[in-house]
Amino acid sequence: MSALVQLIGVAKQYADTPALHPTNLSIERGKTTVLIGPSGCGKSTLLRLVIRLIEPDTGNIYFDGTQITLDNIDMLRRRIGYVIQEGGLFPHLTARANILLMARHLGKSESETKPRLSELCELTRFSENLLPRYPVELSGGQRQRVSLMRALMLSPELLLLDEPLGALDPLVRASLQKDLKEIFARLHQTALLVTHDLAEAAYLSDEIVLMNEGRIVQQGSIVDLREKPASNFVSEFINAQRTLALA
Amino acid sequence: MKRPHDRVMAGGGLFLPFLILFATALSAAAQPVIIGSKKFTESYVLGEIAKRKLTDGGIPAEHRQGMGGTIILWEALRGGQIDIYPEYTGTITQEILKSDQQLGIQQIENALGKIGIGMTEPLGFNNTYALVMRRDRAEQLGIRAISDLQKHPELRIGLTHEFLDRRDGWRPLAMEYQLNPRSVIGIDHALGYAALQNGSIDVKDAYSTDAKIAEFNLVALKDDRKFFPRYDSVFLFRSSLPISAIAALRKLEETIDEEKMIRLNAEAESTKNYARAANLYFEHGAGSTITFVGESLAHKLARWTLRHLELAGFSLLLSVLIGIPLGIFASRGGATGHVILGFTGIVQTIPSLALLALLVPLPFFGISARTAVAALFLYGLLPIVRNTATGLQDIAQPIRDSAIALGLEPGARLHKIYLPIASRSILGGIKTSAVITVGTATLAALIGAGGLGEPILSGLNLNDHATILQGAIPAAVLALVVQWFFDFLDRVLIPKGLRL
Repeated sequence: MSALVQLIGVAKQYADTPALHPTNLSIERGKTTVLIGPSGCGKSTLLRLVIRLIEPDTGNIYFDGTQITLDNIDMLRRRIGYVIQEGGLFPHLTARANILLMARHLGKSESETKPRLSELCELTRFSENLLPRYPVELSGGQRQRVSLMRALMLSPELLLLDEPLGALDPLVRASLQKDLKEIFARLHQTALLVTHDLAEAAYLSDEIVLMNEGRIVQQGSIVDLREKPASNFVSEFINAQRTLALA
Repeated sequence: MKRPHDRVMAGGGLFLPFLILFATALSAAAQPVIIGSKKFTESYVLGEIAKRKLTDGGIPAEHRQGMGGTIILWEALRGGQIDIYPEYTGTITQEILKSDQQLGIQQIENALGKIGIGMTEPLGFNNTYALVMRRDRAEQLGIRAISDLQKHPELRIGLTHEFLDRRDGWRPLAMEYQLNPRSVIGIDHALGYAALQNGSIDVKDAYSTDAKIAEFNLVALKDDRKFFPRYDSVFLFRSSLPISAIAALRKLEETIDEEKMIRLNAEAESTKNYARAANLYFEHGAGSTITFVGESLAHKLARWTLRHLELAGFSLLLSVLIGIPLGIFASRGGATGHVILGFTGIVQTIPSLALLALLVPLPFFGISARTAVAALFLYGLLPIVRNTATGLQDIAQPIRDSAIALGLEPGARLHKIYLPIASRSILGGIKTSAVITVGTATLAALIGAGGLGEPILSGLNLNDHATILQGAIPAAVLALVVQWFFDFLDRVLIPKGLRL
């Protein structure tokens, strides 16, 4: 039983347009799974379905063997970390208050949260001096580190990242990619990450899920995708990004 | 000047239904005799005379000056918000009993007695309606009687709104005399004299004991077809009043003739002091030597301003307490949201004067501070509801997603995340609402609720600019102070992260 999240026949449609056709997927414990594909392929939809920001039309999603319902979702969300592009930090709270929001809400004591906060600052290489700052006073990269700390604060079993580095300039992006890889390894973190960048996917992933037009096209390692493409689309997608990188 | 339930307002309770019960209970307790008066000099003076007469007889009495027109005073008397007010027999016949014939004193007394209202014998003067013109203009055109107006349809007629609509007012008068003037406009009584003076109008309605007839050198046109009924001055009172109060009131019967009333009116208008004019009655009538000591301006200003702040503050508090939850509902869109925004929007389009008039006949409201607070509260709602709704709707989707994904329950999302982020917009709404409320609260004086509208109204009535400014300037200053106060609150209440 190593699957932490399991999707069975999950589908979502907006008006008349299917965003996700009925899909099955298992997210393995301790691994980094990357969802990749062109814009509108359904990768973000799939991620948002897991944390129930959107309701599936059909199918069921299981978390640690429990079926996710509207009744248990808030409890399950506290076992899941969520990081989005631009951070989604609350502008009226300092970095520290953003990170500690949920812990305080759940009544955790200062003696519990303080060491955890120092640990996270060290882990994400974020200076503790910046903790009293408000989001507008931080750079894009710093904001993503705060967002990551907020997601990791309660030691979530699953970390969801929706294009977490999408809005950053290349140098900051490269340094954060490196840090993310180290963090995932150190924490043995189960992570599900959405990106459209094949190099990022190849670098961070244990498992890649390539999607197109609301369907999973192929699932496997980057080597599998390169050596044994399941369709012309897979070859085209991989070649397009490689050509661009070489040009 | 305060009735017991006004103290509740100063306290500023949080829970409306409780407050209403409390206020009702307090109103029922023993309290002084309340005398009302209409919004013109003579009525003010008669009200003061009645107050002085009762007080001299050891009966506590209060005078609510210039509450409005006939219908407002009559409803207030019937509803028990006031106990006594001066009225005229012609008005009672036409407006209150709605009779087409002239009724005798006895017939009127019988009719009123059936509904628990008593009437004194006439006070001694007949203050009938008259049409007046400037003497020079009338002589130049050779007009002496109302029927002479037939030949001059070019004359501009300016009439009080009450006279325009009365059953014994303009329409039947014009029919009786077959008048067909090209221009008839409605204008406030006191402003009408100024308009007559500067020639904007040629003819207006007046009362035959009006001091201004002599002061402005006007002539009253002869009622050659005897259209106007008799308007003998009397006091109406609730039959449930203590006998001693009724007896004291009856001592005023047959003690004021026309000449005396004109003198009292002139005294009131030249000194701007109704109590002093009332004292003149007692000096001549009863040989009393009490001299009137007027309230100092500073004291009056403090009283008006405090009252104004009570009215505005209490209604603003209600607007905030009810407006923010309504705004939260409205922010969720859907049918309910549309209904809420639609309703508050429609309230805002009703002229404030009309809103007051609409609330007065309702059972709980009547002529009271409650009505003023209710109207101001309704006016203050829209900016708060709308700003709360848009402030919440403007929160970016990623912020909402983050709040949901953290596992915060809906209530905690609202209090910890959404409301603080929308706080700037919500405070902006409250600020707008506060300024509107402070400005509109001047209208509360129209229904006797006091405040800075009081000097504005009596100044308008006396056509006295200095008195108007005594209310208008503090009201404007107050609006500015409120603005500054909220700018300061912005800095205290809006989270620092939103101000950087």
